[in-house]
Amino acid sequence: MMDKLIFGRYIPGDSLIHRLDPRTKLLGAIWFIIIIFLANNWLSYVVLIAFVLTAVKLSEINPKFFINGVKPLIWLILFTVILQILFTSGQTIWFRFGPVVISQEGVLNGVFIFFRFVLIIFMSTILTLTTMPLSLTDAIEFLLRPFAAIKVPVHEIALMLSIALRFVPTLMDETEKIMNAQRARGIDFGEGNIYEQMKSIVPLLIPLFVSSFNRAEELATAMEARGYKGGEGRTKFRKLSWEGRDTTVMIAFAVLSGVLFVLRT
Amino acid sequence: MDIRFQDVGYTYQKGTPFESKAIYDIDLSIKDGSFTAIVGHTGSGKSTVLQHLNALKKPTEGTVTIGDRVITNLSENKGLKSLRKKVGIVFQFPEAQLFEETVGKDIAFGPKNFGMSEEEGLEKARELLPLVGLDETFMERSPFDLSGGQMRRVAIAGVLALEPEVLVLDEPTAGLDPQGRKEVMNMFHSLYKNKGLTIVLVTHQMDDVAEYADHMIVLEKGTVMKEGHPREIFKEAGWLASMQLGVPSTVKFAHELEEKFEWTFDPLPLTTDELAAQIIEKLPTRGGASV
Repeated sequence: MMDKLIFGRYIPGDSLIHRLDPRTKLLGAIWFIIIIFLANNWLSYVVLIAFVLTAVKLSEINPKFFINGVKPLIWLILFTVILQILFTSGQTIWFRFGPVVISQEGVLNGVFIFFRFVLIIFMSTILTLTTMPLSLTDAIEFLLRPFAAIKVPVHEIALMLSIALRFVPTLMDETEKIMNAQRARGIDFGEGNIYEQMKSIVPLLIPLFVSSFNRAEELATAMEARGYKGGEGRTKFRKLSWEGRDTTVMIAFAVLSGVLFVLRT
Repeated sequence: MDIRFQDVGYTYQKGTPFESKAIYDIDLSIKDGSFTAIVGHTGSGKSTVLQHLNALKKPTEGTVTIGDRVITNLSENKGLKSLRKKVGIVFQFPEAQLFEETVGKDIAFGPKNFGMSEEEGLEKARELLPLVGLDETFMERSPFDLSGGQMRRVAIAGVLALEPEVLVLDEPTAGLDPQGRKEVMNMFHSLYKNKGLTIVLVTHQMDDVAEYADHMIVLEKGTVMKEGHPREIFKEAGWLASMQLGVPSTVKFAHELEEKFEWTFDPLPLTTDELAAQIIEKLPTRGGASV
């Protein structure tokens, strides 16, 4: 079950996208999600698709990974698409059956929504597949830094993020181990009615909480023992460096935004 | 109940880019009433083999036969639960599975899942506590207030409560002090001797293998390298060392004596008693008096 989750997984590589500064990739992904809402006609979607496919190609990662990224969300996407098709009012009616009206505009909107979802997933998958989670938190820390002026604990937030990310695989392993132990004691996870299923979660969650708290305490002790005292004056092991290629990518995003503006109808 | 593996293989995340083969071409058999030790260093596939013993995992290749149930990749998930009652697994650091408010309830959890009533389960728990070296006063205590060793015992009792025919132990003494280690191993041995349980022990402790096991399986890089009686396998100290495994201290001591005094030990002594008996035989008698 859990090993099918592709989200948040880093695949090592040495492509152009891998070597980009994590800040570039993070900003790019956010920027992309904003400008995708500018697109409202066929041509702009063609441009966006071409842009994303180029990025996928440049990442040198098997396209299968991206398809897998869409899979867990496919029902949500289809549901939204169907809502769009059914509830968009339009002039050109293709089909009418009682209260159900399907118009050309509705179908078109549905198709656009579908591509919007898929492209956003592809773009964020590129970000997570090519960026080490820890680099990503570095980027977040950097981008949040201005907020330190208004007393936002930026370093602590970044530390919490990196600890959380660091322990995702550990927690997954732990979950699997405890599930096995409880299955060996006669629990069937995911069987029976809803009440039974909810009840079967308790023997999994309690041990997970207990071990997480224990682990947190151990980690805190270990950090204190090594003299950790927060972000003040702390130097970094991984230094972020902005290169020419990062500027190029940012310009590419700017150009893309411009093109989308022009194409907008 | 016999357990047999035929050409068993298991591949994690088959068909994805993360595919990795954990075990392959495994043939082994665990006979009813035997005490089998599975040894192999980290990453040899021990844990994966273990999870096939009660169908927590279905083999991606080959067949596993547990009693009269045949498990293949195509087997349905339905009805596997009854196997879990027959083959109890004590996982590594089993104290992680405790979750109930009281020790009694936690031990009764397994039996309840297999249809026992709450009272019967608690009764069972009361019976089992002395067997794992705790007493009835523990019944109402919270499992989270106990020491590590006590938690371990409660967790083991939780598996014993299923009344399995086969008991699988994954490094049951890891992290215990020498005294606790000895007590726990003696407890398992008496279950084997007195209750006729079939025992499968996964361990790094060659001394435990020598002391208790009558059948031994050596795993390396995901497949079975050797299967046989510990006495036969421990003869090949050099080969074991090449598998990054050692020999029990009795065998080591016997080898040292062989080198020093040009003695030969036959059969190879596995327990301290066997070793002592053979040494006495070999010692020259002095002044006519026996030693």
